[in-house]
Amino acid sequence: MANWYMLTLVGPDRPGIVARVTDALYHGGCNLGEASMLRLGGNFTVSMMVQHSGDAEALAAAVAPAAHDLGLHLHVDPIRGELHRHVVPDVRVRVHGADRPGIVARVTGALAAAGLDITDLESDVAGSGERPLYVLRIEGVAQHGVKALRAALAGLGDEVDVSLEPVDTVVG
Amino acid sequence: MAVLPVLTYPDPRLKRVAEPVERFDDELRAFVADLECTMEAGPAAVGIAAPQVGRLQRLILVDVSSRPRAAGHGRLVLINPEITAWEGHVVGREGCLSVPDYTGNVIRAERIRLAARDAHGVLTEYAMEGFEARVVQHEIDHLDGLLFLDRVVSRRADLRPRGGRSPAGR
Ligand SMILES: [Zn+2]
Repeated sequence: MANWYMLTLVGPDRPGIVARVTDALYHGGCNLGEASMLRLGGNFTVSMMVQHSGDAEALAAAVAPAAHDLGLHLHVDPIRGELHRHVVPDVRVRVHGADRPGIVARVTGALAAAGLDITDLESDVAGSGERPLYVLRIEGVAQHGVKALRAALAGLGDEVDVSLEPVDTVVG
Repeated sequence: MAVLPVLTYPDPRLKRVAEPVERFDDELRAFVADLECTMEAGPAAVGIAAPQVGRLQRLILVDVSSRPRAAGHGRLVLINPEITAWEGHVVGREGCLSVPDYTGNVIRAERIRLAARDAHGVLTEYAMEGFEARVVQHEIDHLDGLLFLDRVVSRRADLRPRGGRSPAGR
């Protein structure tokens, strides 16, 4: 079981995707690692670490019937496992405002230049079709400290509504 | 003083409800010294509960003084602790000496009032908020056989950090 793969599945959302896919993996003799599965718009996306004794083609073949039935695109990439190396974020950033092209690139560009290593980013489009509202939430590690990030965000001006807070993690 | 071995999940002792301390004697104080030693040996720990070293008694240590942003009461030995009042809810990140390599977001009361005895049996009341209040709630959970794993919320559960509404009110 030395081989790790990233299994990616994308398709229209419908009930039962997770159960059907994980059942296929179980019967295909796979181990599961970490995974993110979520609904984005009307779609369902799965990014899942899977351990399998065979090659990428063999893993794809094990999942293909379920993926076909569910109307999911299937993709398999060989990866390094690297479990048990969680990075604990020390800062959280929220951005919200009118949906505008380039907002994510501007904010994340400024933060990256100031040393932010993103561990987790989620964005939603709220509001309505006429008046979309963009909501972005980022967690990460401030490699050059929180002050540097604050300064970078201040440079963005009033165009975006952004807040930043340090995250202290309980160890106890 | 000795560093005691810390139990890790799924050790069944971590799921048991601890008994109140009844004798405030030298043996208890020697145990507190060992527990302090154990907490200091861990990586950047801000608290520890007696059941984490297999002693099923209602005794916790809390010390947030290593975190510069967290206001607190210094090192506290809290025996038979009782939270008497809660206010506000806030999401924050937690990890646990008994759950290696995992952290998650947990909703806790933002402010608490607490009554607890020290190692000599003296009862004190505390008003706590923010990070220190969070640590106390995490440690008291250990006394009730609960781990933060039982309370981790979705990454999308994103209450405002201050003055947030309760999740029930959403
Ligand atoms: Zn703990």
